[in-house]
Amino acid sequence: MTSASRPNPFKSSAWSRAGWVALALYVVYACSRLEITWARFMVGLDNGARFIGRMLPPNIAQPDSLAKGLTESLEIAILASCLGILISLPVGLLASRNLMPVWATWPARMCIALCRSFHPVIVAILFVKAVGFGALAGILALMVASVGFIGKLFAEAIEEISLKQVEAVRATGAPFMNVITYGVLPQVFSRFVGFATYQLDSNLRNSTMVGIVGAGGIGGTLFSAFQRFDYDFVCAILLSIIGMIMVGEVLAGWVRAVFLERGKVEGE
Amino acid sequence: MPALSIRNLSKEYVRGKPVLRGISLDISDHGISAIIGPSGTGKSTLIRCINRLVEPTSGEILFEGQDVVKLDRRALRLARRHIGMVFQEYNLVERLTVMENLLCGRLGYVPPLKAWLRKYPEKDIAHAFELLDVVGLSEFTNQRADSLSGGQRQRVGIARALMQEPKLLLADEPTSSLDPKTSVEIMSLIRDLCRSHNIPVMINMHDVELARRFADRIIGMSQGSVVYDGTPAGLSDEQLKIIYGGQNWLH
Repeated sequence: MTSASRPNPFKSSAWSRAGWVALALYVVYACSRLEITWARFMVGLDNGARFIGRMLPPNIAQPDSLAKGLTESLEIAILASCLGILISLPVGLLASRNLMPVWATWPARMCIALCRSFHPVIVAILFVKAVGFGALAGILALMVASVGFIGKLFAEAIEEISLKQVEAVRATGAPFMNVITYGVLPQVFSRFVGFATYQLDSNLRNSTMVGIVGAGGIGGTLFSAFQRFDYDFVCAILLSIIGMIMVGEVLAGWVRAVFLERGKVEGE
Repeated sequence: MPALSIRNLSKEYVRGKPVLRGISLDISDHGISAIIGPSGTGKSTLIRCINRLVEPTSGEILFEGQDVVKLDRRALRLARRHIGMVFQEYNLVERLTVMENLLCGRLGYVPPLKAWLRKYPEKDIAHAFELLDVVGLSEFTNQRADSLSGGQRQRVGIARALMQEPKLLLADEPTSSLDPKTSVEIMSLIRDLCRSHNIPVMINMHDVELARRFADRIIGMSQGSVVYDGTPAGLSDEQLKIIYGGQNWLH
């Protein structure tokens, strides 16, 4: 008995093989269109090595500018997060289809969709045009991003709650706001805290970028250092951004510990 | 003077298939009235129509001189404060503490900002502690509701309803999720508390023996109509056959 008499268990179909071949052909074609050649790659590696050589050792060429940029980024992130969280609470509530009538959910959901449509940097460009250069534009841009993110997830969390608890609170004759406070919020509070801290972290990272378009923060310092070819200063800025993000993680963890621990004990 | 008068109450979830067919009942202002009958016969619907958790299709429900069916949203909310309700699955707010769940009973009287800040009137808090004592849950005051057993949760549910100082207590299968021993404890608690506070009770239940033991009046329903209305003593096997149909389950 030979193995040739048994069918090969790993045989792939002709169609899938054709698909892989087509994909490979397309990749080669696209690379040639975009001028992605091996020669450029080799040149790029060489350039890259030289670039890293110029970045190291990092040099804090302008400490004042660096410190100012970092603190401004931190402030933008925290303010934008606070404002965004405050606004996304009612917006997310209004967008929940199991609690609200259509005339409330529709505009709320549209507002949230709009906030999510654009990358924060694009929104920052718009706000710079509207309110001028500086941190205000950055705060507004990240606030919009926060409302979009937290609002959507918050509305979805509310749509998953147990309506039995809400029904019981309604049956006591509680007015609407009390039904929300006692029947709805306790069920979604811990998830809301999770979304809020995630967005705080995300805003920290985004706040380093909005500066590139003039909306304040370390991004502006980074960009101008780059344009001046101060690569060792660029490296110092990048390392300090890493430090700031780590500080942000600790901050977010602290916020979670405070609100979720209290949540467990006091049932807020 | 009846606590509640139901006149010709009908409910159709689907047009042409009525779940309640023109029910007319007067519920006296004291004692326990138990509604029994097979599943799907409209017992739960009847109870929930009274505080309009389910909207009646037609009929009148006269409570405290008003027709509940015709009340607007605000008036309905005010009327609901006087109707306490105990649920089959307790329906406590799981993440809140026992005390906060009890104080939910006063949410119809406390304005939203004070409720958010947990600033309740002193007498409400005193009343809550009293009730916790009576139902035997004083040591659980600050524990989260989801850490309690089924029987304990139902006690909280009963205490919450009594915090409203209601003129009528509705109970939708309050013991269906509990073991036999706990069921008897809960029914005793309901009976004793409502007797001492003079609150009439309307309970919907599927355990006939429990109904016979604790109710002052039994209302048997079958296919959306009342087919028996009398004392537990008068509830013979014949009557039960009419209510439930078939007799294999009887012995």
